[in-house]
Amino acid sequence: MSRRRWSCWPRTLADYRAIVHRTDGEGLAGLIAGLLEKRGSASVLVPPGLDEGWLAATGVTRVADRAESTPHELDGVDSVVTACAVSIAETGTIVLDGSPDQGRRRITLVPDHHICVVRVPSQVVSSVPQGLERLDPARPLTWISGPSATSDIELDRVEGVHGPRTLEVILVSED
Amino acid sequence: MRVALFLTCVNDTLYPDTGRAVVKLLTRLGVDVDFPMAQTCCGQAHYNTGYRHEAEPLARHFSDVFGEYDAIVTPSGSCGAMVRELYPRMGERARAEGRGDTLAATLAPVVPKTYELTEFLVDVVGVTDVGAYYPHTVTYHPTCHGLRGLGLGDRPRRLLRAVKGLELVELPGADECCGFGGTFALKNSDVSAAMGADKVRNAESTGAEVLCAADNSCLMHIGGTMTRLRSGMRPVHIAEILASTEEEPAV
Amino acid sequence: MSGTYLGMPAFPEAAREAVGNRILRDNLRHATHTIRAKRAKAVAEVSDWAELREAGKRIKDHTLRHLDRYLERLEESVTAAGGVVHWAADAAEANEIVTELVKMTGESEVVKVKSMATQEIGLNEALEAAGIRAYETDLAELIVQLGKDRPSHILVPAIHRNRGEIRDIFRSEMSEWGRPAPEGLTDTPAELAEAARLHLREKFLRAKVGISGANFMVAETGTMVVVESEGNGRMCLTLPETLISVVGIEKIVPTWRDLEVFLQTLPRSSTAERMNPYTSTWTGTTDQDGPGTFHLVLLDNGRSDTLADEVGRQALRCIRCSACLNVCPVYERAGGHAYGSVYPGPIGAILSPQLRGTGSEIDASLPYASSLCGACYEVCPVAIDIPEVLVHLRERVVEGGEATRAGNKVVLRPAKGHAAERAAMRAARWAFTHPGVLRTGQRAASRTRRFHPRTLPGPGRAWSGSRDLPPVPAEPFRDWWQRTRGQKGGAE
Repeated sequence: MSRRRWSCWPRTLADYRAIVHRTDGEGLAGLIAGLLEKRGSASVLVPPGLDEGWLAATGVTRVADRAESTPHELDGVDSVVTACAVSIAETGTIVLDGSPDQGRRRITLVPDHHICVVRVPSQVVSSVPQGLERLDPARPLTWISGPSATSDIELDRVEGVHGPRTLEVILVSED
Repeated sequence: MRVALFLTCVNDTLYPDTGRAVVKLLTRLGVDVDFPMAQTCCGQAHYNTGYRHEAEPLARHFSDVFGEYDAIVTPSGSCGAMVRELYPRMGERARAEGRGDTLAATLAPVVPKTYELTEFLVDVVGVTDVGAYYPHTVTYHPTCHGLRGLGLGDRPRRLLRAVKGLELVELPGADECCGFGGTFALKNSDVSAAMGADKVRNAESTGAEVLCAADNSCLMHIGGTMTRLRSGMRPVHIAEILASTEEEPAV
Repeated sequence: MSGTYLGMPAFPEAAREAVGNRILRDNLRHATHTIRAKRAKAVAEVSDWAELREAGKRIKDHTLRHLDRYLERLEESVTAAGGVVHWAADAAEANEIVTELVKMTGESEVVKVKSMATQEIGLNEALEAAGIRAYETDLAELIVQLGKDRPSHILVPAIHRNRGEIRDIFRSEMSEWGRPAPEGLTDTPAELAEAARLHLREKFLRAKVGISGANFMVAETGTMVVVESEGNGRMCLTLPETLISVVGIEKIVPTWRDLEVFLQTLPRSSTAERMNPYTSTWTGTTDQDGPGTFHLVLLDNGRSDTLADEVGRQALRCIRCSACLNVCPVYERAGGHAYGSVYPGPIGAILSPQLRGTGSEIDASLPYASSLCGACYEVCPVAIDIPEVLVHLRERVVEGGEATRAGNKVVLRPAKGHAAERAAMRAARWAFTHPGVLRTGQRAASRTRRFHPRTLPGPGRAWSGSRDLPPVPAEPFRDWWQRTRGQKGGAE
């Protein structure tokens, strides 16, 4: 994608109150550790295939997502860290496809704090059609554009209902 | 070019001043306009109320009366839209009902030749300054069928802006329907009246003396609401403003 | 909650009450005007909006033309992916299927994602009759359910309530259904959303059965799509063990790529967002992720009948964005309840009389619940010419004629109550095809004009109750023309 098209991208993410951070491969572990600390998280859910190195700098208790863990157990975890399948610049969307570094759908839903890592530029496309092209419909997909929100009271948008009320997106440059 | 005035039944019966204004205006611009005496009604009220089959003879009559002219000018957005948008549809429906192409073929010639007045002035005559003089504050209400049906766009406003002495002020919520809607005004009179009252309040908020539109049906509803609400504003058809000159000013 | 609309008064009577309700008028005006400007901005951002709109229309038209084929394809792909497909011809069948499916799980409560199809069939009432409690989890649906109210908007069913009313409902009703409202709850939207989060959390976490609709179904892949904002959809779609989706047959699109159009037009048209916060797609079942059992109930309930009507079938293109409601001046003043259907506003006025037929008083009055201003058509992301269908249905009401009901061709008789109007229309047509008659009438009116009242008695009050009549001029235009330029006019 062209530079011009993606200059809008951090803004479209932020327009929907996602908190956007930028770093490179070396700074990633430190940034994640800092975010978890700032949030005051005592525990973090870890999808089975998450890059070990991403959590290398934090001492927060890691909780593995096990098949038998109940929604109630997940509700007791403070944060979740995942990768993503693709991100769409134009709409400020990240898409999860349940790959091992993203985990089952429930782990990014029940905890109130979601940190999502996007590899730039390889995981970024500019438009919805390009995003669809990259995705496999056979997998369960979750498209996320900002934290949960509602317009149900007087058609005015308020952030934060049932899904994670804080969404932090980390853009990791691969250059 | 043989130009016919299709005044519409409402204007002919209730608003002859608008007809006289159109004739005066077009004559001043060098357009020789005729009024075919056999004209009556385009059938819009019938069609829009659900009586399409009753509207068909009226459409055929319209075609008979106006078919020979090169251009048909009407000072009504909704009647203009009836001919341009809905006559072709009536033809299609007749065909779908297995009645052949006769109706479509009968109506086809008048469709592209029919122009709403402001459209005719800007697109055919090619003027926006028609040499008018009208020393009043005016706000313009774009009527729905002119705005969304015919796509008149900014033509009426361009014409008004060129009028000497006229101060044009923007109407808040201009694009919202005034609530007339033909038989809607009777069948849903409460909602219609509420829409009319809101339109009048918006118009009053501009401080203008005159609310101008290009359709007397809507103005009949808005004007009737104005007098009922004892508003000081007046409804005036755009033709009467454009016809007004320093020598012969409209009141 | 009253889920039935039978016996609703005709639109004009219901609307009269709404127009006189100051609070309702203010709530609706505030909400619709808020969203109107935002939608316009979100749409203006997209340079190829007109093309997207046209593409959406074409995809839907093509799909509807070959609906039988695509439905079979969908059934195959959903089944292949581990889902079970059920067919429901009408509301009763659909309710029966869903009730049985829930009973088979042994559960007595379900969590629901907001779904128009389940509202349409009155599923909650059917479940309640079978001893199953359905919890609505969308914030607005929750407000409606707690308030024992009816929905009045497609997207925001509680649009008729302002924040103060919502706070009062939460305070007084939440304890009946589960966790009570927090102490000292105020009317700030953020606090109200938080109260809903706390109230529903426990229900989500323990739910074993979820019920949803779907915004789209992809025939080629068997993929279901739910577009939402709050995360209640994700909760219902992923945490329960069993998921039952009730979806109208018109929600189908042929291919995965077709979604690219609607995922761009739907959010911008409905909530004025570039993209809604959450979109979930799933294909059958996935091992260890989400419900292990998935049932899809395909609902007809009048849709095939609607499809048989050449003009009216375009209503089936609807993607339920509600842009037409938000822009409609009639909806803004009459409110959603006046439409007597889960589908209010302009789209409801063309959908309900087709899905249910024009037999009842309310359904026969809906095609007239519009000034034909065309604002709905202008904003519709799939270009449904709502005014065209309204006029078409008016014709069905006053003239009767052929229609399809429950799969059979029937000839409808003209609706009652239009005899005087019909006679007047005929008389007017006769006069208008005889210019001499028109002229005689005009002259008579001009001659007697001094005796004309400014207000009218009887049915004329519908006009003069709120508007003065225009004065009749001294002479009609044609007399002036003949007097001054008589030699030029064509023959009568």
